[in-house]
Amino acid sequence: MKSSALNRLLVETGELYSFAVRFFREGFRPRYEIAELIRQCFYIGNKTLPLVGLTGFIMGLVITIQSHPSLEAFGAQSWLPSVVSVSLVREIVPVITALICAGKIGSGIGAELGSMKVTEQIDAMEVSGTNPFKYLVVTRVFAAMLMLPLLIIVCDTISLYGSFLGTNMKQVITFHLFVNQVFEKLSFGDVLPSIIKSFFFGFAIGIIGCFKGFNTTNGTEGVGRAANSAVVACTFVVFIIDLMAAQIADILHIT
Amino acid sequence: MNENPTNTRPSVIQIKDLKKSFGENYVLRNFNVDLKEGENLVVLGKSGSGKSVLIKCIIGLMLPDSGSVQVFGDEVTDLSHDDLDSMRIKVGFLFQSNALYDSMTVRENLEFPLRRHWIKSEMTNVNDMVMEALTNVGLAETVDMTPAELSGGMRKRIALARTLILKPKIILYDEPTTGLDPITGKEISHLMLDIQKKYNTSSIIISHDMNCVKITANRIVVLIDGVCYATGTYDELSKSTDIRVKQFFD
Ligand SMILES: Nc1ncnc2c1ncn2[C@@H]1O[C@H](COP(=O)(O)OP(=O)(O)OP(=O)(O)O)[C@@H](O)[C@H]1O
Ligand SMILES: [Mg+2]
Repeated sequence: MKSSALNRLLVETGELYSFAVRFFREGFRPRYEIAELIRQCFYIGNKTLPLVGLTGFIMGLVITIQSHPSLEAFGAQSWLPSVVSVSLVREIVPVITALICAGKIGSGIGAELGSMKVTEQIDAMEVSGTNPFKYLVVTRVFAAMLMLPLLIIVCDTISLYGSFLGTNMKQVITFHLFVNQVFEKLSFGDVLPSIIKSFFFGFAIGIIGCFKGFNTTNGTEGVGRAANSAVVACTFVVFIIDLMAAQIADILHIT
Repeated sequence: MNENPTNTRPSVIQIKDLKKSFGENYVLRNFNVDLKEGENLVVLGKSGSGKSVLIKCIIGLMLPDSGSVQVFGDEVTDLSHDDLDSMRIKVGFLFQSNALYDSMTVRENLEFPLRRHWIKSEMTNVNDMVMEALTNVGLAETVDMTPAELSGGMRKRIALARTLILKPKIILYDEPTTGLDPITGKEISHLMLDIQKKYNTSSIIISHDMNCVKITANRIVVLIDGVCYATGTYDELSKSTDIRVKQFFD
């Protein structure tokens, strides 16, 4: 029983790998589905921005308020902006954004492609001379890869503003001073790894959502299962990538 | 009754010893059939006998286990991706489940098969082509609706319009009149007949609707137990004394 579950996991990982290989083989060759790519970018950004923005704002606010007492214990309140901003930008915002996208985009893609699969719409595309892998998968994966970094940059900004308000609840600080203090500590070396990381988040979310959707079986019941397992797998992989990114950044001394 | 064109015309589809199974389920075993140019060939068979599987093997959506499927003389399983695409442009396929794109309007659904040709030909008249295809199936007013807003029979007719919009040389119909009322079913059957006459298309028609079969068929093959059990014109088969053939005509 246990070994069969492990077996299935390994088989599926192998299939996911060849799916990803196929993405790299087909994704960079013509013909390019630019219109569909733009539509998907708009769709992904539009769908997640409000949620991501709101979460970022709350995260910035809450973490600032909660960090205040422990810094105060050392008499280091003035460090609050720089300390909080580094942890927000390096870790919290990218991961929270990726998790929200795993939930919204991963499940959305899984369900959409899954229902197209079981109602033979993917076959219909193939029959009408359009490569469904290019039209559906490549566009969505690229869109997720392009939009996640953008979402994270926007979310960084919003969360820093949340942090500014949080700081202001505890001590009086002008926006100008806050920004100065933030950028005293926060450097390009903090932002860049999180941006690079977010490309991988986007890729993972896109490819897993598409993989689950593309391989849906068992009719409408399977669609629900595809969406659900897409979220689970995306969430898990986001943490794995995060772990690996932290190690790699550490080895390369990007601090 | 549809008159049979001469039998001396060349074959556009040749199927030899086609075998296809799903695990222990042997669906097609040694199926043989030829489709002549300009001919309407009806495939009769019980539910689950493998009719949909047969035409999916022709269009390359399913791989046969063994045997040969030739379309315009080319072996389908040997075609490269690009050649398969250009073959599929000449072959229209009507899905049993319609397979309309849910996220698109009717207009976008019909434009989709044209996308491949955007650059190649002067596609200034896309709108005219869409409207003509819709008018043919009597649904011009639905052009800006989505499939979810249509009735089952309307969806079937939209799917038919999408199949016909590229004016394919071969058309594979999977139950074109199922779910339609007898009057609309008859109209669709006559539309299929008109298309055959006008563009000299060759078609394989899967149908349980004997009215449609009677109107459209030049020749009928009966698919039983995975083989071509009997073949003949509507008149010949309806007079058959074989009980397994006769039951389709009662
Ligand atoms: N993708 C598939 N995987 C496994 N078995 C399949 C698959 N597609 C079809 N089959 C099996 O093949 C057999 C024939 O199916 P097919 O859809 O061709 O029937 P049909 O003749 O079109 O019936 P109907 O008139 O009900 O549409 C069935 O027993 C079905 O279970
Ligand atoms: Mg069928």
